Amino acid sequence: MREVNAKQIKEKVKELFLTANFHIGEDVLNAIKEASVKENSETGKNVLNMILDNYKIAANEVLAICQDTGLAILFIKLGQEVHINGNWEEAINEGVKEAYVEGYLRKSSVTDPVFDRKNTKTNCPAIIYTDIVPGDKIEFLVTPKGFGSENMSRLAMMKPADGSEGIVNFIVETVKIAGPNPCPPTIIGVCVGGTTDQASVMAKKATLRKVGEHNPDPRYSDMERQALEKINNLGIGPAGLGGNTTSLWVNIDYKPTHIAGMPVAVNVCCHAARHASGVI
Amino acid sequence: MEKVKNIKTPLSDKLIQNLKAGENVTISGYIYTGRDAAHKRLIDLLKEGKKLPIEINGQIIYYVGPAPTPPGYKCGSAGPTTSYRMDPYTPTLLDLGLKGMIGKGLRSKEVIESMKKNGAVYFAAIGGVAAVIAKSIKSSEVVAYEDLGPEAIHKYYVEDFPVIVCIDAKGNNLYESEPPKYKKK
Repeated sequence: MREVNAKQIKEKVKELFLTANFHIGEDVLNAIKEASVKENSETGKNVLNMILDNYKIAANEVLAICQDTGLAILFIKLGQEVHINGNWEEAINEGVKEAYVEGYLRKSSVTDPVFDRKNTKTNCPAIIYTDIVPGDKIEFLVTPKGFGSENMSRLAMMKPADGSEGIVNFIVETVKIAGPNPCPPTIIGVCVGGTTDQASVMAKKATLRKVGEHNPDPRYSDMERQALEKINNLGIGPAGLGGNTTSLWVNIDYKPTHIAGMPVAVNVCCHAARHASGVI
Repeated sequence: MEKVKNIKTPLSDKLIQNLKAGENVTISGYIYTGRDAAHKRLIDLLKEGKKLPIEINGQIIYYVGPAPTPPGYKCGSAGPTTSYRMDPYTPTLLDLGLKGMIGKGLRSKEVIESMKKNGAVYFAAIGGVAAVIAKSIKSSEVVAYEDLGPEAIHKYYVEDFPVIVCIDAKGNNLYESEPPKYKKK
């Protein structure tokens, strides 16, 4: 057994949320740079250049990339040889709280969704997904998820007969309905299969896969290419003000499912596609 | 890039009628902030026949919930939030003389009709460029509903706040007119 103190977990979580909120990943940065050259619309070009300026300011100052610093979401691979000294969940939430308080990040979490809607003032509780895996490490993948794009996400319980074409159409339709709302250019995470719950979680995780990397299964990577092309033919463009850059990338994942169904979850992520990863 | 027009608040009716969808403008002067929770409270006050805590005639409301202000700054990151959530409350405020809104994303038919009737403009700020926008906010004070935290109504003094006229007072709407130009079959 390897001993890990709750304090180490807290510190790691804090570090990762601070990194994610101020530093955009190279893959997203490069995709925006490339799009700013290729974009046909003048307004679209201006928007993309503003986004690049914004990344630069955020990386060099105490100003977060976006004021919507999101709900704190963590995907964790916990090695089964690790023994934690202290409270796992508390440590993670403490890390989130310290990052959001000390980093001057907005606290967006409200207690009760219908009646009280009272701000918890800590951005907690974090949303934590933990997989137990072999080994003695803890791997973290964290994302502050904003709700401009989250609100545009959709789930469909499709028929197996709908096939890949039905799935691609549903993805494109989701982006079309969203229009300018989710801060395009977006990154689209999709999961086909599983159940309503599993597809939703895995679609969120799919938004975190690298821009520029396709699903290794050529049948799924074909769907990714088709969906991206159709999306960028919609004309929505940067900030929804017209143009050829509506999404930067489409990541499709899949899971085994039931003989009677084909769930499809589409999670939309804005151009402030923030995430960070680290290992203890 | 075309020359960018600078406009100052409060907005006159003449100025409003001259703003055309697609124009890049920068805004200078005082503006107010407000999101869903603050809008709901304003409308509830009106329903009770009470006075609003701010005078909105001729003013602009910016749909934003800023990040906290770090030491040495005037304002934390402050990009626009999605406007449609304010749609149910907006026509009432337009009837009271609200002249401009800054946000991002689609507006309802009811809002656009009310903008035409009352002579008001919807400006799009670029979502997610929150640090860039924060630089144009020169002062910030909470003027109502402090308990709402980031959702409180703030009064900002802004200089050269970059926006695009998205829906003008005649109802011309960039979100409808621009994407078809870039659409491919």
